[in-house]
Amino acid sequence: MTQYILRRVLIAIPTLLVISFVIFAVLALAPGDPLAQFALNPAIPESTRQLIRIQFGLDQPWPLRYAKWITSLFRGDWGFSFSTKSPVIDLVWQRLPQTLQVVGLAYLIAVCLAIPIGILSAVKQYSLFDTMVTFFSFIGFSVPSFFTGLLCILIFAVNLKWFPIVYSTTLEINSLATFGQQVRQMFLPVFVLVVQQTAALTRFMRSSMLDNLSLDYVRTARAKGLVERVVVTRHVLTNSLIPVITLIALGIPTIFAGAIITENLFRVNGLGALLITSINNSDTPVVMALTFIFSILTVMFNLIADIMYGVLDPRVRYG
Amino acid sequence: MSHKRLWTWLVLMVTATTLLAACGRKPAQTPPTTAPVAAGTTAPATTAPAATDVPKPTTAATEIPTAAAPAAGGALKILYAQAITVINPYQSTGTKDLDGATVIFEPLARYNQNDELVPYLAEEIPTLANGGVAKDNKSITWKLKKGVKWSDGTPFTADDVIFTWQYCADPGTACVWTSVFANVDKVEAVDPTTVKVTWKKATANPYSTFVSNTGMIIQKAQFANCVGANAVKDAACQKANLAPIGTNAYKLKEFKPGDTVIYEKNPNYRDAANTFFDTVEIKGGGDSTSAARAVCETGEVDYAWNLQVPAAVLTPILAAGKCDTVAGGSFGVERININFANPDPALGDKRSEPDQPNPILSDLKVRQAIAKAIDRKPIAEQLYGPAGSPTCNISVVPLAFTSTDLTCERDVEGAKKLLDAAGWLLPDGKSVREKNGKPLKLTFQTSINTIRQGVQAIVKTNLADVGIQVDLKAFDAGVFFGSDPGNPDTLQKFYSDLQMYTNTPSDIGLDSYFQDWTCANVDSSKNQWKGGNDTRYCSKDYDALFKQFTSELDPTKRAELAKKLNDFLVNDVVVIPLINRMTPNGKLKTLDGPTYQTFDSVLWNIQSWKRTS
Repeated sequence: MTQYILRRVLIAIPTLLVISFVIFAVLALAPGDPLAQFALNPAIPESTRQLIRIQFGLDQPWPLRYAKWITSLFRGDWGFSFSTKSPVIDLVWQRLPQTLQVVGLAYLIAVCLAIPIGILSAVKQYSLFDTMVTFFSFIGFSVPSFFTGLLCILIFAVNLKWFPIVYSTTLEINSLATFGQQVRQMFLPVFVLVVQQTAALTRFMRSSMLDNLSLDYVRTARAKGLVERVVVTRHVLTNSLIPVITLIALGIPTIFAGAIITENLFRVNGLGALLITSINNSDTPVVMALTFIFSILTVMFNLIADIMYGVLDPRVRYG
Repeated sequence: MSHKRLWTWLVLMVTATTLLAACGRKPAQTPPTTAPVAAGTTAPATTAPAATDVPKPTTAATEIPTAAAPAAGGALKILYAQAITVINPYQSTGTKDLDGATVIFEPLARYNQNDELVPYLAEEIPTLANGGVAKDNKSITWKLKKGVKWSDGTPFTADDVIFTWQYCADPGTACVWTSVFANVDKVEAVDPTTVKVTWKKATANPYSTFVSNTGMIIQKAQFANCVGANAVKDAACQKANLAPIGTNAYKLKEFKPGDTVIYEKNPNYRDAANTFFDTVEIKGGGDSTSAARAVCETGEVDYAWNLQVPAAVLTPILAAGKCDTVAGGSFGVERININFANPDPALGDKRSEPDQPNPILSDLKVRQAIAKAIDRKPIAEQLYGPAGSPTCNISVVPLAFTSTDLTCERDVEGAKKLLDAAGWLLPDGKSVREKNGKPLKLTFQTSINTIRQGVQAIVKTNLADVGIQVDLKAFDAGVFFGSDPGNPDTLQKFYSDLQMYTNTPSDIGLDSYFQDWTCANVDSSKNQWKGGNDTRYCSKDYDALFKQFTSELDPTKRAELAKKLNDFLVNDVVVIPLINRMTPNGKLKTLDGPTYQTFDSVLWNIQSWKRTS
């Protein structure tokens, strides 16, 4: 087991290097100008732009820039952002709490909802409950978040005025009232994300349960005279959770990527919003850092998922 | 099974009706009607119709006691579509950063909404009459206000002004506004409250430096070690860029780059007793539509910047009645540029090079026909709404410099006659004109943007009416405006016959604005398409007129020449001005102070903003 983990970690290093190189190359070759917002301003002539490019190190050829980036990364330096002129890592730390609060909480709620709903709708297949769940999860699945988000804003924020449109990231929670405010401002973005994620996970949980429900060992358990509740929870559930847990583990890195559309819609300004504005502003160091952190997490959680598979399913052996 | 289906349908229908009912409530949007429904349990306070300012209608009642008369204090909440990322104005990457810096910093003087100078750190505006501007236009002497303090309590002196110049003029600093200081020979302190700026060559616009949002004064003590490469590389300077010390009414409290800036009252401000708000909060991100809703419908924020929303969407939001739009001046003129070079792909590397004349558009009659065929009215009314008004001029600010002679009504018959005269005839049964067997086909490019694609569609139909076929292209704004010499889709390469974008003079002098149509500035592969004249227009007469303009120092004569330059360009149809764009900013009716702006930040007078009843 230890040997397996060690080997996987060692394989991960060249994988990450290749990933970082590819991302860097794509970003370097893609068109864009960090000063694009001032593109037509005659007060910023080409000579000024050239000075700024030199300051950013953009006057050097990109393979050299990559070499510099990767070596400073080994020293723990993620570089500085073109738009804030300050260290990238500070920005990431600043954005992380918002993303964890909103996207992380939504993921947690989605998992907590999806598993029991999935189980129930599998056990009571084709019942009214199952039909409803299927219907709503297909809606949640197929309606994009920019649509549900806008709809929620229109109904609950603009017409009913229950929730604010603008998310305040500087709200200090020091009393019950401010806590209430925080809950209110988090409600809509979390709701939009929960709808989408629950939908997907419910479908997965349901089909995984159904796969197992029709197997021989279930029939055997029932034939032995076990109570249906025990059959479902002890036998079927434990087995059908294995793929679901892997899926949940693989989904965790996406929390850190933020939810680009939802964050933008509600102005949560977490990591997703940071990524998209940085891409728009050609703020290469920030895009590099975010995508690279994301790839590290993906590789890591892949490994964790694989290990968990072995823990949960004794038939799997690592060699 | 069947009765189960029935149940399913019933539940679905109930859900659907609830949703529809919630949506349908929209027209009756007055606080008294919704409050009992929406906030019945949470905040009975909001039902009072006499409430003067209710930025937070529901549960906010517990935190901010809403006074009957607006007492000073509270928070001013501002929404920007783009978030502020850096506060040092000399390291800014967009207008939003300059606006963020404006709340903290002051220049010597600012422009008001009528493009007149208002002294800020200066005691008075130096003029020829009061001897502040030298007779030979080679220097200007500013008297500074006495007793001004930085927000850290230290005195503001002439040294800070000199330092600001040294900071930005150093090439290593990579200051964004180097061009503002390009003509500065030296800046000296005559005494601690008098500064003399000497120009390299006599200038007609002595107010280009230390004025407006590109001339704000930074503190020498804070940035002394940040000149040159240190400006962004040194850790202390990085901190200073994000948390600078200023002289304006507010100072920095908290800054999350790319998200929110919170400012608080500066107790050392010279008029601190009259600063209305306790805090100012500028939040960035999101889309313009929801920003408009946050001001006009929910009243969550007091002010929203640049509500660039199609008129059809914006008008019903404004109808909620909580807000006013602040629009005026000029954010720039949306124009169609004519390519005087041939963009034919068959030319390969010679494509759009200035020595390849455009086979269709080199003919003045064709250009005139295009200009006559375009109808500005639907563009302004259906697409721009409060965000722009039709214009026939390419130079619309300052008002004294704007031509009043031109008209640009649509004239379809006139356009057809011109095309007939130019030899482009309409063959029987065809809808596109031809000359020598070649059809009259043009390509028309712009950036991707809902409104711009709307304009493209209108222009296409307008020109189809006179027998010109237009093929439309649109590119991502980052690419189109990106000035990347390796990319074929930039506005500088101009690989099409017509293109549309907005441009605006960067300073009130207009020299650099009119320079972009001179022969010397023509874009080509030789100058890596960095000339600035993307039309490739080159006329000796225009150049002569431009030279006369730049060498003229008398303001009245300059105004006449600026009008002539404008008329020259429009009459020769080098450009087709369409819309004078205004950034419509939205403000709550209870907020007093915001004005429109052309040559300065829209927050130029934020120190005097207040709430009224």
